[in-house]
Amino acid sequence: MEPVVIVGSGLAGYQSAKEIRRLDSNVPLLLVSMDSGNFYSKPMLSNAFSSGKNPDSLVIKTAAQMADELDAKVRTDARVDAVFPNDHEISIGAERLHYSKLVLALGADPLRLHADALSVNDLSGYAKFREALEGKRRVAIIGAGLVGCEFADDLARAGFEVDVFDIASQPLGRLVTPECGKWMENAMKSIAWHWGAKISKIEKGSILLEDGSAFQTDIVLSAVGLKPRIGLAQDAGMECARGILVSRQLETSARDVYAIGDCMEVEGQVLPFVMPIMHASRILAQNVLGKRESLVYPAMPVVVKTPSCPAVVSPPKPGSIGAWHTEADTDGVKSVFLGEDGKTLGFALCGKAVSEKNLLAKELPAVLS
Amino acid sequence: MKRWQCVVCGFVYDEAVGMPEEGIAAGTKWEDIPENWCCPDCGVAKSDFEMAEA
Repeated sequence: MEPVVIVGSGLAGYQSAKEIRRLDSNVPLLLVSMDSGNFYSKPMLSNAFSSGKNPDSLVIKTAAQMADELDAKVRTDARVDAVFPNDHEISIGAERLHYSKLVLALGADPLRLHADALSVNDLSGYAKFREALEGKRRVAIIGAGLVGCEFADDLARAGFEVDVFDIASQPLGRLVTPECGKWMENAMKSIAWHWGAKISKIEKGSILLEDGSAFQTDIVLSAVGLKPRIGLAQDAGMECARGILVSRQLETSARDVYAIGDCMEVEGQVLPFVMPIMHASRILAQNVLGKRESLVYPAMPVVVKTPSCPAVVSPPKPGSIGAWHTEADTDGVKSVFLGEDGKTLGFALCGKAVSEKNLLAKELPAVLS
Repeated sequence: MKRWQCVVCGFVYDEAVGMPEEGIAAGTKWEDIPENWCCPDCGVAKSDFEMAEA
């Protein structure tokens, strides 16, 4: 029997393998990883300092342990160069491998606007970042989105002097209301925030803005967003937009090829978070094994891992008609986006208001019904 | 009382605290939480939790 081949050893890859193995103890599984294949939690990278973790202790299981547990082969340090859907084959260097079904769990690359900035997108990137921080004091972070805010809080709590730069005028500009943003900004008070900041250049040790101002720093960390890895699929002729396009059955346009995780786009949505992977992996596993189930996403609020200012966000779908309603006090902010019919379509909570997450989440419409 | 950590997102379930907002009273032991329970932060199944380091 030809194996089910999974390309990628991030959460999407391993979770797919786990779900497939749960349903079928016989099907041969091969997981191909371009790195060490060790299993770790990506969301924990932006919290590792304050939770006392270093790059080694972030490894939850080694590739060998995962292989053993999944009764799978895990091939490490191997880059898949091409997919040949008509032949049901992939190539790794000069070698060709057959698959029965192929799962692309390729992940995403960090957007890079400045060559001299570091970015943390995986465990080895995190290790490099930690090494660069040795003996340093000042860190500049480009981007005040989820990842930027999480790293900023983590590093500030660890005693670094942190500057955050963003072209927006508040933290989490695309996710929360100005009131929430303000509250978060105040709660992370040791951080120097620079709003409306257009960066013209990053030179060794300094950040130059378009308005002529300059800031000294030791390290620059870029956290401006992700770009799904679509090259492998595109080269093989699969349909791609922002991500690799899949149907509600998680099938790409190539026969017997599926995609999941940060590289995938379904019904116009690219959702690089943990919860969508959990839902998608259960559907994907069934379909890889011959069923025909459809992906459903419930509402999936995202917890922002900033211990100094707990926050939960569930933005309304782009284009939703309605308005934000905000209640704020010294303990926190509750912003709810209500549609014209008065139904809750999204929310942003910070401080004590995060305790209302579960109740509010129940009122939200499904992301994909 | 023990603490359990989600291996995927780092969420910690502390038996001493429970999760009153989800109807799980303080002091509820891990083994008494239903098998179909999922991590409230990331949706990971109960079977994917591990014991947190003290």
